[in-house]
Amino acid sequence: MGNLDLLLGGLQSAATPENLLYAAIGVLLGTFVGVLPGIGPAMAVALLLPVTYSLEPTSAFIMFAGIYYGGMYGGSTTSILLNTPGESASVMTALEGNKMAKAGRAAQALATAAIGSFIAGTIGTLLVALFAPALAEVAVTIGSPSYFAILLFALVMTTTLLGSSKVRGFLSLFLGLTIGLVGLDLNTGQARLDLGVTQLRDPLEIVAVAVGIFALGEAFWVAAHLRRKPLQVIPVGRPWMGRADWGRSWKPWLRGTAFGFPFGAIPAGGAEIPTFLSYITERRLSRHQDEFGKGAIEGVAGPEAANNASAAGMFVPLLAMGIPVTATASVMLAALTSYGIQPGPQLMTEQSDLVWTLLASLLIGNTLLLVLNLPLAPLWAKLLRIPRPQLYAGILFFACLGAFAANQDAFDVFLLLAFGLLGLAMRRFGLPVLPLILGVILGPIMELKLREALTISDGDLSGLWSEPLAVVVYVLTALIVVVPIVVKRVRPDLDSPAAEVAHARAEQDEERIER
Amino acid sequence: MAARPRMRRRPGRRARAVLTALVVIAATSSCGVTRGDDNKDIAMWIPNSAGGGYDQTGRAAVAVMEQDDVTGGNFEVTNILGAGGSVAMTRLMGAQGDEHTMMTVGLGVVGSLYSFGLEDRVHDATPLAQLIEDQEGVLVPADSPYQTIDDFVAAWKKDPRSIAVGGGSSPGGPDHLFPMQLAETVGIDPKDVLYVPYDGGGPLTSALVGKKIKVGFSGLGEFEGQLESGELRALAVSGEERLERETLSEIPTLTESDIDLVFTNWRGVLAPPGISDKRRDELIAYLQEMHDSPEWQQALEKYGWTDAFITGDDFATFLQEQDDRVSSTLEELGLI
Repeated sequence: MGNLDLLLGGLQSAATPENLLYAAIGVLLGTFVGVLPGIGPAMAVALLLPVTYSLEPTSAFIMFAGIYYGGMYGGSTTSILLNTPGESASVMTALEGNKMAKAGRAAQALATAAIGSFIAGTIGTLLVALFAPALAEVAVTIGSPSYFAILLFALVMTTTLLGSSKVRGFLSLFLGLTIGLVGLDLNTGQARLDLGVTQLRDPLEIVAVAVGIFALGEAFWVAAHLRRKPLQVIPVGRPWMGRADWGRSWKPWLRGTAFGFPFGAIPAGGAEIPTFLSYITERRLSRHQDEFGKGAIEGVAGPEAANNASAAGMFVPLLAMGIPVTATASVMLAALTSYGIQPGPQLMTEQSDLVWTLLASLLIGNTLLLVLNLPLAPLWAKLLRIPRPQLYAGILFFACLGAFAANQDAFDVFLLLAFGLLGLAMRRFGLPVLPLILGVILGPIMELKLREALTISDGDLSGLWSEPLAVVVYVLTALIVVVPIVVKRVRPDLDSPAAEVAHARAEQDEERIER
Repeated sequence: MAARPRMRRRPGRRARAVLTALVVIAATSSCGVTRGDDNKDIAMWIPNSAGGGYDQTGRAAVAVMEQDDVTGGNFEVTNILGAGGSVAMTRLMGAQGDEHTMMTVGLGVVGSLYSFGLEDRVHDATPLAQLIEDQEGVLVPADSPYQTIDDFVAAWKKDPRSIAVGGGSSPGGPDHLFPMQLAETVGIDPKDVLYVPYDGGGPLTSALVGKKIKVGFSGLGEFEGQLESGELRALAVSGEERLERETLSEIPTLTESDIDLVFTNWRGVLAPPGISDKRRDELIAYLQEMHDSPEWQQALEKYGWTDAFITGDDFATFLQEQDDRVSSTLEELGLI
């Protein structure tokens, strides 16, 4: 285990009191920038990078790692507390996290997110340290056919999330897929659903749609009912995670890590798909089915771990081959270059000192994040005690500021408001919002991968199963669809567990609609 | 990082968001910009995200002008993203007569205006100066059967629909126009070219190393690491002469292999339409002074750009030519 020794060496040289101080400053800065609307970790890193320039490389790395993890955690914080995800990877966190927060369990949601991020980040960094070169070789062989197969699998899985009324669920899903079509067709240059507006010729940002539907839709809904209903006061819960919370969190943390890490490593993998797969897995496996949609801790623990593991996985192609696979990785690449690291295939051998220091720094940054933010969770949770009118006014303000700041274009604010109205209408008519968001997330990536696979094979459909992994995933998908039907045919008397689950879910959704 | 414009689909959006957020905050806390005659401040618009090629060029030029105090005023740099630069271009055309604004422009913007279906053309603004050129390269994985550009062209001509190629820009961008013009030059119908657009240099490298595509077209700046380590090979560069950088000087040009094509990605500066001739000459003089400074020469070297300074009417003619060429390529492909 030569690599492990090297990593320990890196830790030793990195963990001085002075460096720990830099890490702490980095984590705090990162968290504060990360909670700003519309700012994800990539931006947080890009924005705060200059702060680290004056330091010597080791301290700079450590501060940088702190900023990075802090920025990521900051994004989850707003998802949970305000229902305004800062980046597409934390959209899934908002689903259950915000419901938990409303039920007075914000502190637990923040804590499970922080601990899950820590565990996933640590496991991910260790995997990078030990196996990066080998993993990178496998990762690049995974191309668009496999990715498309995985997305098809994900789309099939979304049908279990449609809610009590399948018609409404599909309506919402297709609405989402349609929203995902907006923009220029990348292969032919044909404008789709642009309504003659130049700004609609770029694909819509998932975050803008999610913030509009989630946060604004809800703010409008609350505003529409303020006079009719007495103000609901958010109960103040216990500040720490209880034994039950721990028991329900640890498996999702590990499963989320298992989903996230490989996606981070494959080209253009991203964090959206693994967070979604983690969410849906937890929803299927949980013994607390009834709590999903009302704030199930598994639904926060899993996706948050997946998000961070994917961020760690990103270092596999970055360090082993010098390939940045995501926006964050590109920013990171620029950062590494500015520290004198020349990323590339020879990096691990030629500049191993710096690499091990970097990996050690990531571990330290990750740990410090946990140490600093866990005690802060109850404080953040107190934010929700702001009276509702002011709180929602604040959300509206920050959401609009975030939308406007992106391009200083009033059109973006109107677009956000339009999605807010759509969100309001969906609540009014009992359409579930989750399938819509999934459609917006899955649709465009799926199209991209399908087109890519078919371009490479010159339109030959066999190109879609040209990779072994793709075949495996197709078989798995077929099994998931076919097995329940066969079981029902063979044993019609047996009410399958899936049916019970669906029934329980139906009740829960009805409740939600009533609310 | 890349020293060239690219029609990136997503990266950097948020970077710009943060920067602009800060700009908004800064702008609201200070007093508004006065636009009087004695005003010497200039706004520099960047039609793409922070960190990209346009951004590097625009900010490098501004940095030199500020350092040498060429204009006597301040600069404000703003990234205006959207539709591959078309959004910024539309705004520039709308700023008719605004004598305190400049915008970085390049080949990608010319293509975007067509592929995003806009009526504005770069030569309808006030062309100030072309600043730099950047070459494209033809990349293959290390164990590719193609040892020379001739090997590849021969195989490509034989059966273009069996060879998937890729680039880091969407249709209309430099990495897309280059293979299409190359195909045309060697007698392949561009419609037969299987072009896969990737989201920048990183995913393109993955696709090449993972053998998803056989050949990649892109500026070489981002690939120096892979070229040095031997994971990728470059068969040719697209410029008139070989690159000067030591590591890349071994790569032959297309013309050395008797392929009659010189393709360069370029960047320059525009002003809004309808400004006075006096002001136009003044702005050109600022850029001339910037270009003649040693700081600018350092910037060229740092980013690996080729100096290609032409101004005023010459630049206008050049833009017109580029526009014709881009539109005929895209028309042939049936994209417009």
